[in-house]
Amino acid sequence: MKKIVFIFFIFLVLNNNKLLAYSSEPKSFVSEMVTEAINVLSDKSLSDEKKNDVIALIAKENVDIKALGYYTLGSIRKSLDKSILEQYNNLFEKYFLKSLTSRLSEYSDQKFEVTGAEQKSANYTIVFSKVTGETKSPEIKVNWRVYTKNPNKPLIRDLIVEGLSLAKTQKEEFASILNSNNNDVAKLLDRLKEFIKN
Amino acid sequence: MIRFKLPLVTLTIILFLSLSHNELRAEKECFEKVSRSIFKFNTALDNALIGPVSRLYNKLPQKVKEGTGNVTSNIGRLLSVPNHLLQGNVSQAADSFGAFTINLFFGIGGLNDVASAYIDIKPTQEDLSQTLGVYGVKNGCYFVLPVLGPTTVRDTAAMVGDTFLDPFATMTWRQKEVLNETFNKSNYVLYKGADAIDFRGDNDTNIESLKKNSIDLYAATKSLYLQNKKNKIENSTGNEEDGWGNLDK
Repeated sequence: MKKIVFIFFIFLVLNNNKLLAYSSEPKSFVSEMVTEAINVLSDKSLSDEKKNDVIALIAKENVDIKALGYYTLGSIRKSLDKSILEQYNNLFEKYFLKSLTSRLSEYSDQKFEVTGAEQKSANYTIVFSKVTGETKSPEIKVNWRVYTKNPNKPLIRDLIVEGLSLAKTQKEEFASILNSNNNDVAKLLDRLKEFIKN
Repeated sequence: MIRFKLPLVTLTIILFLSLSHNELRAEKECFEKVSRSIFKFNTALDNALIGPVSRLYNKLPQKVKEGTGNVTSNIGRLLSVPNHLLQGNVSQAADSFGAFTINLFFGIGGLNDVASAYIDIKPTQEDLSQTLGVYGVKNGCYFVLPVLGPTTVRDTAAMVGDTFLDPFATMTWRQKEVLNETFNKSNYVLYKGADAIDFRGDNDTNIESLKKNSIDLYAATKSLYLQNKKNKIENSTGNEEDGWGNLDK
């Protein structure tokens, strides 16, 4: 019996690792990760809840959520207490995952293709891709900002859809909330809590 | 003559204001509270009318949608011609005019984009706000117009200027004779309306997703508008570093 349980455990671990281990070369990394995400989203045998769980798992492992949160918060992060920053990090992760799963569920029937890549610096490579729908809807260009400081573990930091950076848009949303509340981070945290709850 | 003087004077004043406030940063608001109220009205209008109409439009046969998009894009090329010339892009101006003419005659009045599909002529669409941007005129402050949506001082002035530069607007809105042809104002309104519904229909999923996932929709829309305008002026792809380099310092 113990042997069977052990084999089952190993199977689970191997399966899980297969899900999360992608190539370290930026183009292949993006291609493999997105293909996996599309397969999950279009799998009719999975419930929506299960799909969201797997997408969240893929995102946690392959998106630099903490860095994205810091970028989005802007320079004010340098003046915040450690405890507030920790609270922000937790809320931002929940906010990001909720917004990501909600956005992706709309695009489950899309076709995806990586078209090229450009190394911008030692730390960043932009991977170019295109997304097309089932009908003859216009092709959408999506560029991925991949953080390559650790060449063995690339991480996504931004998505640039038709030239529009999602991180920058989010940053300006957060800045607007802070500006209209005298840079009171508590108000921003309240808005994030409200979004997560609804 | 007097009819034309007033808009020209207004345009000149707005442009002067825009030029003399070059130090204004793009994110500066002209009157945020008013803009936010107008934005609320526009969002309600979109939820009640423009969104549902564009979703009905999306249910039309693909050929009809493609044809509508092609016709409006082709008419838009007429405005691109003088703007390419003003930007010194003679070959792009020739391409725009060539694509317009080919589609008009061989693409059944522009219903088919023959120039792009068979001859690979794909000139970029240009308007006066892009031309002014290329000349170094900054955005000026940002505000929201009822129905028309996000804009800046420069872009509003350019919108007025475009109606003087655009041969189609001259023939329709201004009812001037161009190559012995005139139309009425309703043709211009119909063209602008079809263009807006086609755009809204193409972007329905993205717009609804943005509404659902923004914690400040007004700020998100403003950011997307300004990013898009900057990319169009600089012909860039939005891949700039934009502060990412400082994150690890």
